[in-house]
Amino acid sequence: MNDFDYSKSTEIGQAVEELTTKNHAKAIGGGTNLLDLMKYRVENPHYLIDVNHLPYREIVRNASGGLRLGAMVTNADTAYHPLVEKNYPLLSKAILSGASAQLRNAATNGGNLMQRTRCYYFYDTATPCNKREPGSGCSAIGGFNRIHAILGTSEDCIATHPSDMCVALAALDAEIVVQGRDGERRIPILDFHRLPGDTPEKDNNLMPNEIITSINLPGDLFNKNYAYLKVRDRPSYAFALVSVAAALQLNGNNIASIKVALGGVAHKPWRLPHVEQKLIGREASNENFDSLAEELLTGAQGFGDNDFKMALAHKTIVRALNEAKKL
Amino acid sequence: MDTAYIGKSRKRVDGVKKVTGTATYVGEFKPNGLVHGYVVNSTIANGKIVAIHTDKAKLIEGVLEIFTHENLPEDLVHNVDYTDPLSPPGHPFRPLYNDDILYNGQPIALVVAESFELARYAAGLVEVEYQVEECSTDIMKNRDSATSEGVEDTAPKRGNPELAFTNAEVQIDVEYSQPRHYHNPMEPHVSIAEWDVDNKSFKIYDKVQGVNSSQKYICGIFNLNSEKVQILSPFVGGGFGSGLRPQYQLFLAAMAARELHRPVKVSLTRKQMFSFGHRPACIQNIQLGASKEGKLESIIHKAYGETSKFEKYNETIVDWSGMMYRCDHVKLEYELIPVNVYTPMDMRAPGGATGMFALECAMDELAVKANIDPLEFRLINYANKDQNEDKPYSSKELKECYRQAAEHFGWHQRKTKAIEKKDDSVLVGYGMATGCWEAMQQKSSAKAVLDSSGKLVVSSSTADIGTGTYTVMSQIAAETLGVSMKDVQFDLGDTSMPKAPIEGGSWTVSSVGSAVKAVCIKIKEQLVDLAKVSSNENLDEVSYDEVSCADGELVLPNGRSINIKKILKKAALDKIEAENTLDPEERQEQYSCYAHSCVMVEVNVDKDLGMITVPRVTSAIAGGRIINPKTAESQILGAITWGIGMALEEEGMIDDRNGRIMNANLAEYHMAVHADVQQLDVLFVEEHDDIVNPLGAKGLGEIGIVGVASAIANAVYDATGKRVRNLPITLDKILA
Repeated sequence: MNDFDYSKSTEIGQAVEELTTKNHAKAIGGGTNLLDLMKYRVENPHYLIDVNHLPYREIVRNASGGLRLGAMVTNADTAYHPLVEKNYPLLSKAILSGASAQLRNAATNGGNLMQRTRCYYFYDTATPCNKREPGSGCSAIGGFNRIHAILGTSEDCIATHPSDMCVALAALDAEIVVQGRDGERRIPILDFHRLPGDTPEKDNNLMPNEIITSINLPGDLFNKNYAYLKVRDRPSYAFALVSVAAALQLNGNNIASIKVALGGVAHKPWRLPHVEQKLIGREASNENFDSLAEELLTGAQGFGDNDFKMALAHKTIVRALNEAKKL
Repeated sequence: MDTAYIGKSRKRVDGVKKVTGTATYVGEFKPNGLVHGYVVNSTIANGKIVAIHTDKAKLIEGVLEIFTHENLPEDLVHNVDYTDPLSPPGHPFRPLYNDDILYNGQPIALVVAESFELARYAAGLVEVEYQVEECSTDIMKNRDSATSEGVEDTAPKRGNPELAFTNAEVQIDVEYSQPRHYHNPMEPHVSIAEWDVDNKSFKIYDKVQGVNSSQKYICGIFNLNSEKVQILSPFVGGGFGSGLRPQYQLFLAAMAARELHRPVKVSLTRKQMFSFGHRPACIQNIQLGASKEGKLESIIHKAYGETSKFEKYNETIVDWSGMMYRCDHVKLEYELIPVNVYTPMDMRAPGGATGMFALECAMDELAVKANIDPLEFRLINYANKDQNEDKPYSSKELKECYRQAAEHFGWHQRKTKAIEKKDDSVLVGYGMATGCWEAMQQKSSAKAVLDSSGKLVVSSSTADIGTGTYTVMSQIAAETLGVSMKDVQFDLGDTSMPKAPIEGGSWTVSSVGSAVKAVCIKIKEQLVDLAKVSSNENLDEVSYDEVSCADGELVLPNGRSINIKKILKKAALDKIEAENTLDPEERQEQYSCYAHSCVMVEVNVDKDLGMITVPRVTSAIAGGRIINPKTAESQILGAITWGIGMALEEEGMIDDRNGRIMNANLAEYHMAVHADVQQLDVLFVEEHDDIVNPLGAKGLGEIGIVGVASAIANAVYDATGKRVRNLPITLDKILA
């Protein structure tokens, strides 16, 4: 680990100012990912701004009838919050399927959005990686890529975003509230994370001087027919090979509303609202779920080890929607 | 006071220390002036160091020295004896010896600084230029370079296996493979070395499975007599074989301490725990032939094991196939494939876990093909003697293991149970396998001191790698001398104690336990001799054997007893002591000594998603006399858990392009976790054996893992109709 300076911030203006003016500064929440990366010398910040004491440590109702999740609330406190459990059980379930109890107790909501890929090569500074060192090449292509992306990849990067929470947030149309020098900005979750393109070093669209302050969940509820299905190599403490967050509103046996987000398959939570639209008013049937899965996975491409994810993702989507329908 | 302890469940005598943090592990010792070393590892697998730039790192305040091949002390350059007691044929790895890179992750520099953090920081500033040569790490791709050079003989061929196979009515001819497995004990390797400048001697704390092994290694390298090298290892946070051979942190700590005249601690990071030995990757080809009625006619088993380019690591993989079942036509072959990795190392049931995986899967395949119940098939071919050695078994209650496991598990009712359980998305399957492991005894020494207060201190240089050595040795000593366990202290992990073998091979209880028993009998004999002089009883005609010990007293043949504290008091002695070395009895030679098991498992497989869970495992063990059922059960539970990981999860991923292990952390190197473990039932089958060793105990550290992976693979087949022959059985292989 390299030397760094540290300051504890209690006021957002000061935190943003430091983030803007200090050389190689980074915000740190629970540190469950950043500290690992610093020990591996993947991240080498010169200045850490501890944002845990900023006043975004609550979960409260927001103006739109939904919830505002403070960015510094831990994943555990979020998952077990009575209003989250009651109104957004999909989010609870997604969070609790990730990491371990110890990690969830430390990890924050803002940090979860900012966590970096688990690509083996990203973590190993002795190997080329465009995300870590732009222009050095992608070792995962032609290397071990069992856990890698099948959608939205580029020739520069096939990494995935590892979060479970973000997949549920994507399905729930969450909005990320960020504070920068020029004030507050609201970013729809689907615009928050990026596809790798030729700039895989950029995971998301947060500006360098911005800090996440909260996550807004809209008021429309998907607490009756929902599923978070995570397929992985062991039943705990493993990242998703494929995960599906599915939320339905049913009118009899017909679909009134449907949202399906995929994890483990792309550089960001994968969701295609225009594809979902086609199912509105149609029967919540296996056949329709099947065609939705097919469309969601259009253009999917494997890289050898991860070829299995294409068929697996299809089956997982259909299974998750059937589970959601049954509840 | 009841002093009959053997065979009873006892809590660990060191349990309170461990859960209150007062058991001092190697890395926790803090000699005055302690400084810290951090290892720099190579990032290429084959080639040479062209230049190593340490100037930037040296400028950091608090950095004391950076050792590389360029400044290795002169005497070590000329020393050639880097062997340890378990060195395989070849040339042992010599850290910092020259500019050659033999494997990726090889230690190439040691940065010593006032703190661990400083050392680690400075290590990151060391820059290395390499001349990179091509590397090759995949044994599948290198099968052509398989060699029998440096390979130990397998059990001899018998009959005409090729012809018998051709003529067999039912045949299978299959290939199995498994990847590298890494030990990953909870406590990473660490050594703290102190050099006494005046006395020219070392005192070293080393995380190791046998202090004498580290002592031999250090003596050889530094050209010292054994009395100049004391190794201490009082508590070990898991070994599983990773601590059988001394590792590079020991050499580096000792070398740096001698050069710097400061105590030096070198601890490895979790990532570095993947930078030395591992269970080797292996390819196995098996041909089995049987009659329609299920009688085995031919067994042909060939294994290709992975080894390094500098040592020929051997394990016994194929011999099990010549021994487990009655068969007159057998051919066993074993070859090694050298690749650019560190030399593999023994890991829990080395060879056995591997070889029996293939054999027991193949037996299942043949049973299915012959349409015979897999358990029945094994009974048809039950071996009453060891055909490899042409010897009887000292004891073999395997049939009873089969019977009890089947009854407990509900083997014969399994198909009706499966139908009851079936839901749309879950496939249920059942599988079984036989397990087997050697019951060896090694020469061992122990010392006992009984003082007039009744306190008994027994010592031997053995280890407690979490297995319960402290506890079971205390039980054996207490019962043998008839004293309360509260009055017994067992000491271990110090080369100044009587010599014990390394803790491996499941032989600690049988070897050290027998030595402890023997030395306590010596104390008893001294007590009898003293009593002859001081007691009112006429003991002239009484032999030692006629006197027993219980409840703090010598019990005489006439039923009367004499308090042992009083014997010492009357003799006006503060203490009596005895030291003894015990060799295995010669008559053991006439027998084959093995522990056996039967493993039965249920698996559930998600039909669409391929995810596998193991809701039930039953393991019935014939392990001779069980000294402490509680610690014994723990051993088996841990081993079954390993077996689940071996079957479904564990895989060390080395990128063949650069020889780097890409999942060198516990997030991506998957081993079984709590959520993998559901119902595990351990049954100990009664087994009497007065040949295997004086205790009649067979050792339980390894038998528990053998067969588990095959039982799971067989159950997966039962559930899905898919034979996955390359471990681990991950969901993509089910969906393929």
